[in-house]
Amino acid sequence: MSKPRVRAGKFFMHGDHACAEGALAAGCNFFAGYPITPSTEIAEHLAYRLPQVGGTFIQMEDELASVAAIIGASAAGVRSMTATSGPGLSLMMENLGLAVMLETPCVIVDIQRGSPSTGLPTMAGQSDVMQARWGSHGDYEIVAYAPSSPQEIFDLTVLAFNVADRFRTPVILLGDEVIGHMMERVVIPPEGEIPHWERKRPKSPPENKGDYKAFLADDDDLVPPMAHAGEGYHVHFTGLTHDELGYPDMDADTHHRLVTRLGEKIRRNADQFIRAEELYLDDAEIVVISYGCTARSARRAVREAREQGIKAGILRLISIWPFPEKRVEALGEQARAFIVAEMNLGQIRREVERFVSQPVVGVHHAGGAMIPPEPIFEAICSAGSKT
Amino acid sequence: MRIEIRISGFGGQGVGLAGSILGKAIAIHDGREAVMTQAYGPEARGGASSANIVAADRPIDYPFVQHPDILVALSQEAYTKFRPDARPKALILIDDDLVNPFDEDRPFGIPATRLAEELGQRIVTNMVMLGFFTAVTDVVSRAAMEEAIKSSVKDKFVELNLSAFTIGFEFHRSGYTHE
Repeated sequence: MSKPRVRAGKFFMHGDHACAEGALAAGCNFFAGYPITPSTEIAEHLAYRLPQVGGTFIQMEDELASVAAIIGASAAGVRSMTATSGPGLSLMMENLGLAVMLETPCVIVDIQRGSPSTGLPTMAGQSDVMQARWGSHGDYEIVAYAPSSPQEIFDLTVLAFNVADRFRTPVILLGDEVIGHMMERVVIPPEGEIPHWERKRPKSPPENKGDYKAFLADDDDLVPPMAHAGEGYHVHFTGLTHDELGYPDMDADTHHRLVTRLGEKIRRNADQFIRAEELYLDDAEIVVISYGCTARSARRAVREAREQGIKAGILRLISIWPFPEKRVEALGEQARAFIVAEMNLGQIRREVERFVSQPVVGVHHAGGAMIPPEPIFEAICSAGSKT
Repeated sequence: MRIEIRISGFGGQGVGLAGSILGKAIAIHDGREAVMTQAYGPEARGGASSANIVAADRPIDYPFVQHPDILVALSQEAYTKFRPDARPKALILIDDDLVNPFDEDRPFGIPATRLAEELGQRIVTNMVMLGFFTAVTDVVSRAAMEEAIKSSVKDKFVELNLSAFTIGFEFHRSGYTHE
């Protein structure tokens, strides 16, 4: 106890530490995880820092239990998080689906390394993008962010907690080893300037038990207000298809209604939490789409192309899921060609191809080393020279 | 302007701390841009390890050091391993008690380990080298480095580390000339 929760100031900070400090600044009071490179420094730093602010750190027996534990803590009203890398994310997939079904806010950080399987433990990857989207069974929507700097890890960790709480959904932070392990300037604002979005809470007190239905969503945003364990409300949580009280209801109509609402809840509110950075897109004929560490190289390649007189621009995805389909479609009205640069073999390229009719050129690498600016620059020049 | 810097030695010589202090001095106290990356792998202990800093006046896109403009080598293995990656005309700083440079190289040398031992603590070799680095190059200001050292080591060791930094800084100013 007694150390400040928000370490306001200017720091030369490690990306993983910026994630941990972002969690603390967001009010995270519970971390359960199983350390894995290259995310270990998040767990290490929170093991040191959480007890200083009255929070709880638990090293779990595995990643399945880690997500189970943060779901439980969240149901009790505590902002909760875990951190892992690809192999651990695979193990978290079942309980990620549980968090979706229970509408339990939580943040899962994945500092990506070379995959599949054990892959390249100490080297970067960006190949968990589709697992983040589709890894758990069933139809659902997910929110995922891809930071490009230690500063952005801090900012997006705060945003991840806010979106999770506000919309009762798990949120994935898709970092990568380059960003997680680099040191750069991080400015942490004073506590009063950290954005805070509240959970929706029941409108009637616990005494009026019959009035509160734990899974009855409001019509406007499709989010049900959330009671916390121990407050006196009658709540029932199950991964089975459930009715508005939370009790199992093995009925096709109930199932369709529930699963449809869970997806629509994210889609309908997406404009509030989709984020992207645009550079030189106003008159761009060649649109580069990139994210995470690779976007740093893509930005430099686009700048160099502009200096050569090539009309290139970049759409840097800050949120990856939900995918910004409307923006990409609109760019399809002006662009001659698209280039997607990512450290995997085409996961977001295929997504872009769904929304544009132009050729989409991929600059891909399976992982292990960050894609430098040169191959992206060459792809831009090559696309620019075609009529 | 983009300057690529690699500080290298064997695991345990404090090249990671030296790199983060240099990065902090540039990015926080001198108000310019800096990024530091490190090789994470089994070679990080014992063998040649390195801290890599890119310094610039504008935000840095590509964060990795490819061909150092400045190479600091505190051990022979690090010098031998990393010298070929550096630019042919790179500024090379070595502990000249521990490193025999290639014949064609004209490094700046300082007996950093011996000077640290004379101070009573070999562990501050890295600070002696940082002082020498600050004097020899124009990458970072002395005031910024001293501020960064103060906020990077435990209070009770600040004085020792600043003394080591000063010894390295003044070693150059005391008349050492580039061969």
